[in-house]
Amino acid sequence: MACISADGTLTESARRMLEVLQNPATPEDVAQATGLPLFRVRSGLREMAQAGLVEEKEGRYALTEAGKQRR
Amino acid sequence: MSTETMEGVKPVGLPRLNEPAPEFEAVTTHGVIRLSDYRGRWLILFSHPADFTPVCTTEFIAFAEIYPELQKRGVDLLGLSIDSVYSHIAWIRNIKEKTGVEIPFPIIADLNKEVASLYGMIMPGESKTETSRCVFVIDPNGILRAMIYYPLTTGRNMQEILRLVDALQTTDAHKVATPANWKPGDKVIVPPPTTLEMAEERVHAGYECIDWYLCKKEL
Repeated sequence: MACISADGTLTESARRMLEVLQNPATPEDVAQATGLPLFRVRSGLREMAQAGLVEEKEGRYALTEAGKQRR
Repeated sequence: MSTETMEGVKPVGLPRLNEPAPEFEAVTTHGVIRLSDYRGRWLILFSHPADFTPVCTTEFIAFAEIYPELQKRGVDLLGLSIDSVYSHIAWIRNIKEKTGVEIPFPIIADLNKEVASLYGMIMPGESKTETSRCVFVIDPNGILRAMIYYPLTTGRNMQEILRLVDALQTTDAHKVATPANWKPGDKVIVPPPTTLEMAEERVHAGYECIDWYLCKKEL
């Protein structure tokens, strides 16, 4: 996985994305703020949503309670 | 009943130009990626026969060299071969160690040949276990706009790939076509008229015309 290692630790790019998501943001916003390619952000947000760290509403991603604790 | 042939290669229909590129989700060196993750950007999806092989190594170094130029044009790169992600990682690290070149784009580990089959990348006459040197140019709307197929023996020409991207983007921006050997800055072809009246008007329209059906203009 690109964001969450097998032992559960977050990669640096994942932490950067979560940092940006202190305020809800679109994948495009996250890509702009982190400098990560848009495809990486979309893929990473999907992975972190599946892990319950972020949630998507109307195209914007926000931290869940679990995500806030991991940031 | 299995759809595989006796040779173990699934029969495929080649993707077609100007139709949606087949969607996929694949394991890559940058995580699990879907084709739709590239929506809004141009994408060059390309295959190579195998990691740790000589022609492919020269191609990867060459793709890395044109990567900044592609990025300027809003184009991402995505490689593919029928190798494991561990093989890809080891090869990328080896290229960096031996040549100093960093490979900045992801590579699909297509061990089950799923994406290769979707895109017709396997040419059984050449190899049943490797992908040929295929290039698919996909536009920001996910439409397949161009394809190039090279055999195993022949490394691709990166300048031609850049030229192809430039031509497609110029066509989209200006509703024109591009002549043989066109490169940015050259004159472009005005789409030919489709009625007799338009043909009559075309020769007096101020373009550089050989005849009504072949007119060029500066951009």
